[in-house]
Amino acid sequence: MSSSTGVLCLPTEAIPAFEPEAWTMDLSQQLQAGARVVSVFGRAAPDRTVVTALLEKDHRFSVTRTDVERSAALRSLTPEAPQLHCFERELHEQTALEVTGHPWLKPVRFEGREQAAMNAYPYYRIEGKEVHEVAVGPIHASVIEPGSFRFMCHGERVHHLEVQLGYQHRGVERLLLERDVRALMPLVETIAGDSSVTYGWAYCAALEALIGREPRPEIELLRAFVLELERVSMHLATLSGLAADLGHLQGSTTYGRLRTTAINTMMRLCGSRFGRRALRPGGVCLRDSPELRQVIRDNLALLQADLAIINDCFLSAHTVRHRLRGVGAVSATQARELGLVGVVGRACGVRVDGRERAGGAYEAHPIGTTLQTDGDCWARALVRVQELDISLSWLVQALKDLSGWHGEALSPGPCAPSTLAIAIVEGFRGETMHAIETDAAGGAIHYKVQDPSLRNWMGLALAVRQNEISDFPICNKSFDLSYCGNDL
Amino acid sequence: MTYIKSLRVRLSQGSQYIPDLREGRPTGFRGLPVVSSLPCSEGCRACRDACPTGAIELEPVRLDLGRCVFCAACVDVCPAGKIQFTDSPNMGATERGALVVREGVEAAIQAKASAAFSRIFGRSLKLRQVSAGGCNACELELNAITNVNFDLQRFGIEWVASPRHADALVLTGPITRNMRDALRLAWDAMPDPRFVVAVGACAISGGLYASSPAIDRSFLEQVGPTLFVPGCPPHPLTFIRAVLDLLGAGAHP
Repeated sequence: MSSSTGVLCLPTEAIPAFEPEAWTMDLSQQLQAGARVVSVFGRAAPDRTVVTALLEKDHRFSVTRTDVERSAALRSLTPEAPQLHCFERELHEQTALEVTGHPWLKPVRFEGREQAAMNAYPYYRIEGKEVHEVAVGPIHASVIEPGSFRFMCHGERVHHLEVQLGYQHRGVERLLLERDVRALMPLVETIAGDSSVTYGWAYCAALEALIGREPRPEIELLRAFVLELERVSMHLATLSGLAADLGHLQGSTTYGRLRTTAINTMMRLCGSRFGRRALRPGGVCLRDSPELRQVIRDNLALLQADLAIINDCFLSAHTVRHRLRGVGAVSATQARELGLVGVVGRACGVRVDGRERAGGAYEAHPIGTTLQTDGDCWARALVRVQELDISLSWLVQALKDLSGWHGEALSPGPCAPSTLAIAIVEGFRGETMHAIETDAAGGAIHYKVQDPSLRNWMGLALAVRQNEISDFPICNKSFDLSYCGNDL
Repeated sequence: MTYIKSLRVRLSQGSQYIPDLREGRPTGFRGLPVVSSLPCSEGCRACRDACPTGAIELEPVRLDLGRCVFCAACVDVCPAGKIQFTDSPNMGATERGALVVREGVEAAIQAKASAAFSRIFGRSLKLRQVSAGGCNACELELNAITNVNFDLQRFGIEWVASPRHADALVLTGPITRNMRDALRLAWDAMPDPRFVVAVGACAISGGLYASSPAIDRSFLEQVGPTLFVPGCPPHPLTFIRAVLDLLGAGAHP
């Protein structure tokens, strides 16, 4: 991989194609041989459904395909490989393809024809004299996106949590196909607005692959710079919220005001505190001046110095350790079975970080990755604290080598015909995928977006089992998943 | 040892609040655009064609902040350099029509003070936020208004959990079909007097999602917003200035 992101671009006729049952068998064998599912997604054609699987093994990506006729069905692999559960559910929801043998084909976001069925959805139920249910949402107590949580409890103890999402569904993938595929940046940046840089980079990388233009290493480094700045900003936001939820006021206020410093640095660079317009197809759009570089240096130094002080206070506080340790634990086995990614996966000891063996900016400036094994709220907080340190040190080093930016945008060349381009970016939540497929005329016929939250929400449901219901806010915040990234 | 660590944090924190919120000016922010009266090239409609939300109309050039997502695509393509974004966050308004920036007009866009709002809510305004398809950028910026920098509680303005306790419903997102009913329930639960604040291009006009069949904006046909806060997302100061202008002299720390 020469790119800083995972990029795969191949003519559709070069994708290994199987008959449906042979495809399922192949997928099963690859999983048994140690491969990991990155994504499975489908495109509804008039007479059939085109199903694509993207796997990763030893940092190498591979793609396989099958065409399933309208009247036929696909055999579910979820019973033997639970990590497929959300992909098969989405496949069924988006293409109406019948998936036989799936234990729980609940819509992942109630889109299209499913929208009318949302309010009538029968939640999973546990019955018994002393069992009670608690319904929370879709509107929550604080300023936060909507989602519904249904707890099945015995006293204070949670037996099971059913997460219902889809309230944020705006029809993103459909809109992405209604406009010129080369002019989608503003829309892409608002799919999950807290991950604008992540999503923007994934879109740029996929589009640039389709147009056949690889950005220069200097551009890649500038993009990685704003991506790491986004990671710092959002990890600070999460820690601030986590500290507030467990009643550690100094943590909440201090992580919060340090986030202000981080996002104001982003604003100096590109005009937006969320990195909007920082990237553009073919290049970046950042300001540059000696004064600005000094401001960035000073802000990074301030963040490093003050973070050390608040981390020392936060992580050593009895209240913090007591409230986070052993709460909301997910085992490494569960994490692997469910295919958890990003911070959540790394807190369970699953070493999944796309930056680790990436090329480009991360080859010239390697970035460390961090791992915890307990899989509880404490581990997720620690991973964030450590990633803050790692990213800040990386930013300080990278700043020394940042080249000046000279106006550059993608020449509006045509996209390669009948080609599938996939880009994977390690955002602050984890593995984020954008896939674009073109038809024989080079026009986009499919745009698939995948947020790491799609897989990680089930991790939250498992984390709260056998925990007290009052620990849910802490568990939820420690995962800090995206609602709109799931709902699209 | 704990209190020493705590003291060190306190010392490093210093004083973070912005003294005069009405005059805050965020350095580097891509805020209020201005359209100069430089002549357009004959028949040029590059800015209108480049705008992803149809925010621009021509002859003369008008830019609707209720639709604008501040992507500056218009600036990139305009050969005459007519459109510029300034760093002013002040662009909230009490009328939808007041959000249009006109060619050569430099009049400030400002929410009109209301004597009734000043009297009723000047010393205490409780807000219930509802995200109906917001992308979490508006939500994060709205959260920020009560952090130690902006500290809007000094005016008696704060977030509340229950719509029963709220005076204003602060709406973000284009209103998805899947949130339509929940939004209505929240509004119906609020006691009079109450009003709606529409925050961000999505809430004001549907923004980038206006044409999506997955959204349903019928709520706003029945309940018109009292205050419009443009941006994508709006800067916390845009929201703060708009609310303080609406409350007028009644609002003071």
